[in-house]
Amino acid sequence: MLAYIVRRLGVAIGLLFVISAVAFAIFFYVPRLAGATADDLASRYVGKSAGTEQIHQAAVKLGFTDPVYVQYARFAKGVVMGSDYDTGPSVVHCPAPCLGYSFITQNPVWPDLVAAMPVTLSLALGAAVLWVLGGVATGVLSAIRRGSFFDRAAMGVALTGVSLPIFFTGLLSLSVFSYALHWTAPGGTNPMDAKNPAGWAYALILPWTTLAFLNAAAYARLTRAGMLETMNEDYIRTARAKGLPERTVVIKHGLRASLTPILTIFGLDLGLLLGGAILTESTFSLPGIGRYAVIAINNNDLPKVLGVTIVGAFFIVTASLIVDLLYAVVDPRVRIK
Amino acid sequence: MKRNRIRTAIAIGVVASLGATACNSKSKTAADASKTTPASSPSGADSGSGSAAPSSDGSSSTAPSSGGGTAVAAQNAAVGKIFNPSDEKGGTLRYANSGDWDSLDPADTYYGYSWNFIRNYGRTLTVFKAGPGATGAELAPDLAETLGVPSDDAKTWTYKLRKGVKFEDGTVITSKDVKYAVERSLDKETFPNGPTYFNDFLDLKGYKGPYKDKGKDLKAIETPDDNTIVFHLTKTFSGFDYFAQLPATIPVPQASDKGAKYKEHVISSGPYKFATNNLGKNFEMVRNENYDPASDPDSGRKPLADKITVALNVNSDDIDNRLQSGDLDVGIEGTGVGPAAQGKILSDDKLKANSDSAAVARLWYTAINTDVAPLDNIECRKAILIGADKTGYQRAYGGATGGDVATSMLPPMIPGAKKIDLYEAGTKPEGDADKAKAALKACGKESGFATNISFRAERPKEKATAEALQQSLAKIGIKLTLKPFPAADYYKLYAGKPDYAKTNGLGMIIAGWGADWPDGFGFLSQIVDSRVIRPAGGNTNLGVKLPEVDALLDKALQTTDKTAREGLWGDIDQKVMDSASVLPGVWAKGLLFRPENLTNVFVNNGFGMYDYAAIGTSKK
Repeated sequence: MLAYIVRRLGVAIGLLFVISAVAFAIFFYVPRLAGATADDLASRYVGKSAGTEQIHQAAVKLGFTDPVYVQYARFAKGVVMGSDYDTGPSVVHCPAPCLGYSFITQNPVWPDLVAAMPVTLSLALGAAVLWVLGGVATGVLSAIRRGSFFDRAAMGVALTGVSLPIFFTGLLSLSVFSYALHWTAPGGTNPMDAKNPAGWAYALILPWTTLAFLNAAAYARLTRAGMLETMNEDYIRTARAKGLPERTVVIKHGLRASLTPILTIFGLDLGLLLGGAILTESTFSLPGIGRYAVIAINNNDLPKVLGVTIVGAFFIVTASLIVDLLYAVVDPRVRIK
Repeated sequence: MKRNRIRTAIAIGVVASLGATACNSKSKTAADASKTTPASSPSGADSGSGSAAPSSDGSSSTAPSSGGGTAVAAQNAAVGKIFNPSDEKGGTLRYANSGDWDSLDPADTYYGYSWNFIRNYGRTLTVFKAGPGATGAELAPDLAETLGVPSDDAKTWTYKLRKGVKFEDGTVITSKDVKYAVERSLDKETFPNGPTYFNDFLDLKGYKGPYKDKGKDLKAIETPDDNTIVFHLTKTFSGFDYFAQLPATIPVPQASDKGAKYKEHVISSGPYKFATNNLGKNFEMVRNENYDPASDPDSGRKPLADKITVALNVNSDDIDNRLQSGDLDVGIEGTGVGPAAQGKILSDDKLKANSDSAAVARLWYTAINTDVAPLDNIECRKAILIGADKTGYQRAYGGATGGDVATSMLPPMIPGAKKIDLYEAGTKPEGDADKAKAALKACGKESGFATNISFRAERPKEKATAEALQQSLAKIGIKLTLKPFPAADYYKLYAGKPDYAKTNGLGMIIAGWGADWPDGFGFLSQIVDSRVIRPAGGNTNLGVKLPEVDALLDKALQTTDKTAREGLWGDIDQKVMDSASVLPGVWAKGLLFRPENLTNVFVNNGFGMYDYAAIGTSKK
């Protein structure tokens, strides 16, 4: 088991290296292939009235005049050993893993990501709890009461949840609950500014609910389908014939077997969210990694976009690894000897 | 069976109402949502919210420029006059920004709203007056006692500083602090965002700023004593007072300068100072106890609120909702509410009464490329200007809310703008097919001709403009082929690169331009001076090549008499329109929302948005 984990970690590190190289090439090499010069790239990072000389100065400062492999080596060195940056009167050191220095705001990317991380973690984990509990419970109940009013209503709501994008439900719920009824926090409330857990939860309850509503719907449908299939298996009939209580049959024999696909999708969903819940954070103006990514993309701030890409990839790779390990816990058939 | 029917009916009702809501939302948000436009755009010309200037709405340029005021809510109650005038202090003003600030550092900022807001924490040598309407486009001395005194053919400009003005720590501000501030702004490696006017006009002799040329004295700026500063230019420039209002002249104490990190705590010389500053998230300002209103008699500043909070990177639709619900006071970018909120505000009388249609010094236009045949013939160009449907152009930018049909290049609020309507854009905005055909005949193309029209692919309004022109010009036999290009490289590699535009037959080029401040030089120099056209690309002058216009521009730069100089801007506009090398489209406007608790609120022509140095709140 330990060897497996070590092997997977090695693969994960290699994968992150490949992702960083590919992303770097897309941002810095592809424009060169399309004919853009170093000065063309730099012209995006200077003011409107900048002349040729100022644009060239910016190109030199941002390192665009070096070959792309030199630029990547400098970036990789910064990740491992940190980098030095000139702020004018002095040089500042950006400790590893620096992940580059913003072209626009002129500060290192890594501390920004560290500052944004708690917001994204709070949002993703809280919403995940809600959607897993809500989605799986609804799916199980729908499956065991198949065809009932509850089943139809729940699946109807689930269909609505899947169909409505978060920038619609989010803005609608903000209008109603925050601005009309004043029950929840207005958009832009930073949960990390709260002085106590209640304030933290107050800032997040609406984003959690909105995000969970969207995902719970998918999980409910998935759980229902899985449960319907499982509950028709022979071993369920056997369990019932043995006289086991219905609750044990449903939870221990039915749900556990249906959990494997849900676990897979949950791992990927959570990994994706931890890399930035872009729509939710943008809609609710939460200063997390997703919002950070959107601003960076809007500003063509490539080091920041690269940083978010690598952190997002890290979460997805990590989540996949954890899911693979959890398979063994959930389903004894795939346990590694 | 009956229960099933009821359920079905309810289900259909729910789905229908959801659908209707979604459709409604979609229709309101479908339009171009490029709401956050910086005064500077690395890609070139037009994304500036720059400084711009409002007219009222049609009656704009004749709106009362100062004095008076009203507390009765009505649309445009804050245009040309003060809405809810007040001297009452107190409360917290809450601003929000849908993007990030380019920089709070005076040396590194180029957003129009930033230049408006910076008057709260910095004092420039001169400043746009905090006053309604045209008053806001007038310069007043701020840190200086008077406007600049020119000498040596307006190549030398001298300012005397007011005595006793202090930084937030109580240190007295001297001319050396102003000189140091301008010097550091010259370092474009450290401060790439800021404008380059001082780099371009000061006689630098290779000087690169105080970081790279430590210990070197910049001779182009002299400080003979603590209260005098003298600027030496390389060429005559009659409008230097406009440079003196740039944030780069806000004094910076050298001991506190941390280069690119100075933005983390800018030392205030204005009425407010930073209490907290979380870059990229929010900041809070409180009163600067070392600001003395007696030292500030001319700027019109009115620091009414006790505290200012600014939230950054807030969803733009959320900002519009919060303005309407009273949870926010000002959307700081000042470019107006988004398409979704516009629809809601304009269809509700109460909300409409709390809105202002503010014109900005920005023109959406189409350049006619004189390098591409048959547009090298003036009669063919005239056919386009006469035959084009200008109402279609206006519709592409959102109708009357998006702006007025432009009859010439200079927006009416720019001092010196004349009423010019050579091609009946004002009287026959839908175009005159008969006259256009006559022009075609004079051009030798009686049956019309074909050419290409370029636009930025990511901008739906420009695409709609191209389609409207294609449709209307087809009626007189001019066949346009639409050529979209990526916005980021539009000026650099395509439309703004003369040989590319010529080789690829780009006869018409859709573009836009916003001035850095409401003045003829700021508006015209980069779009009509033929000498700024660079063969390598990146041009914002897309085809105006008139020696007489170049000569008039030079004459204006040498004319220190304000009235005479302003008259020349109108003359230049006339010459450009005579040559029919530009099809003016729309003089832009933005719909601003004014929450009920705001006091002393008015649109400032210097910035084309609410004045952030005089606004107050009744919420305590």
